[in-house]
Amino acid sequence: MTLRVELSHRFGAFELAARFEAPPGLTALFGRSGSGKTTIVNAVAGLLRPEAGRIEIGGRVLFDAAAGTCVPPHLRRVGYVFQEARLFPHLTVQGNLGYGAWFARRRPPRAEAARIVELLGIGHLLARRPDTLSGGERSRVALGRAILARPDILLMDEPLAALDEARKAEILPYLERLRDETRLPILYVSHSVAEVARLATTVVMVEGGAILCAGPAGEILSDPTLAPAFGVREAGAILRARVSGTEADGLSLLDSAGGPVWLPRVAAPAGTELRLRILAQDVLIALAPPAGISALNILAGRVEEVRTGEGPGAMVRLSIGEEHLLARLTRRSAKALGLVPGLRVWAVVKAVAVAPVSIGEG
Amino acid sequence: MDGWLTPEEWQALALSLRVATVATLASLPFGILAAYALARWRFPGRQILNGLVHLPLILPPVVTGYLLLLAFGRKGAVGQILDEWFGIVLAFRWTGAALAAAVMAFPLMVRAIRLAIEAVDPRLEEAAGTLGASRAWVFATVTLPLILPGIVAGAILAFAKAMGEFGATITFVSNIPGQTQTLPSAIYAFLQVPGGEGAAMRLVLIAVAVAMGALIASEWVGRAVARRIGGRA
Repeated sequence: MTLRVELSHRFGAFELAARFEAPPGLTALFGRSGSGKTTIVNAVAGLLRPEAGRIEIGGRVLFDAAAGTCVPPHLRRVGYVFQEARLFPHLTVQGNLGYGAWFARRRPPRAEAARIVELLGIGHLLARRPDTLSGGERSRVALGRAILARPDILLMDEPLAALDEARKAEILPYLERLRDETRLPILYVSHSVAEVARLATTVVMVEGGAILCAGPAGEILSDPTLAPAFGVREAGAILRARVSGTEADGLSLLDSAGGPVWLPRVAAPAGTELRLRILAQDVLIALAPPAGISALNILAGRVEEVRTGEGPGAMVRLSIGEEHLLARLTRRSAKALGLVPGLRVWAVVKAVAVAPVSIGEG
Repeated sequence: MDGWLTPEEWQALALSLRVATVATLASLPFGILAAYALARWRFPGRQILNGLVHLPLILPPVVTGYLLLLAFGRKGAVGQILDEWFGIVLAFRWTGAALAAAVMAFPLMVRAIRLAIEAVDPRLEEAAGTLGASRAWVFATVTLPLILPGIVAGAILAFAKAMGEFGATITFVSNIPGQTQTLPSAIYAFLQVPGGEGAAMRLVLIAVAVAMGALIASEWVGRAVARRIGGRA
């Protein structure tokens, strides 16, 4: 099911004009606070009525200003996970989880409900009240409540923003499993590059009320022209790799399109597909396979694009098989190496440069 | 207890309980509606509605009673319609006493419920909507349970006020033993006759006991409901 959004809306001096598609998978609406992301999500949920536009999901029209159609929120079959979990304080966790399911015309089968509860790891909380839950537990219950209402799409407005790093790390795997194990399209609002890099299959960048660009996460995140929008220190591409095994010295071997990749012990079992977020500033470029160097990972590739701006820095996109890496160097180095599109190069990445939080499944 | 109160005194107590109960229960739906409208809706005339609801609190009770008589008396605009179409007569009947008590207690009831509604986070109701609940269901399954302590508090406050209502009642429905002679009216009547102090004192003690009982019940019920609802309630 694909979500198609086209809308314009004005609040005072702020003007929002957005048009994008969210295919199945997790589509991240990425942008700074105040760029209009939440407004878009609220319009999809029916909590805000845009002045003009059209919103449809899988061919079902939710809103059409021209035709005067505006389906009320409770008939949209849109699951909304709010930033603050918004659990009902007068109901137990079980009651909260069952709330949406009770209204859903297509009630989830018991087995599926049990599977979601298990997937989210909230089975032991069912009898508890929301006010006795931790922040992370609350987020997971809110997520389960939205899923069990059997929506056609899941909207998540910075569901992790209120959580500390430890709680975020606790939820991220659940979101990955949700993305991969259910066929639910997810529209995910975030201003965190790390979250987007870890979770998104599609990225829609929102800036000042307009869509800056949209496309598959691998393309967008490795686009050197977009790096300033993510922040040059945060910019980085996603490299897919498959776990092969772990050796006695605690290093795990992964296979990637550019050759073997060694990382400090990865918990995932052999055969698991992982997404590694490799920050542009952690990548070195060499013209020949370097020898006598401590870095363990040397990936063969080609220069695809070199982007220089006003400053002393340069962003280089490398193609590694079908995939990309992004490298941040100085203009001087780029010039000294004579980096031009098509040139064969080797990317050097330290094994310890890839933080565990940058390793996602899928 | 039979030997302690005279049949006349029993009658006054029973009537008062009946009037206060009917007044409270019958006005409760209107109280919730008015409180919801004042707390949540923005409509022209909102200030006027607010004024009307609060008027009985500020006006001398005699004035309220007289206005009720003008409106709901046999010759009154509303009274005439009720009499001719439905055969309902309020003036000088216990039902009239219940109406007077309800009108006088209404502001207290609405204030308590309105405070409770204003304390409900509208974002919870929004969340319920996205989960498939229509507006009516949102009210029934989220708003209502969350404001239950306020409703209980408002109802008990209204009941206590209705038990003690005197000025508007005596003006609207007079002081007819067995018909409209409520506890306060009876106390007043006993104090008007020589040697009535004993009876008056007994009724005064009962009034104090009922008031204390209502207060304790309200505390207890309020706490029990809050415990059951949990969270911020």
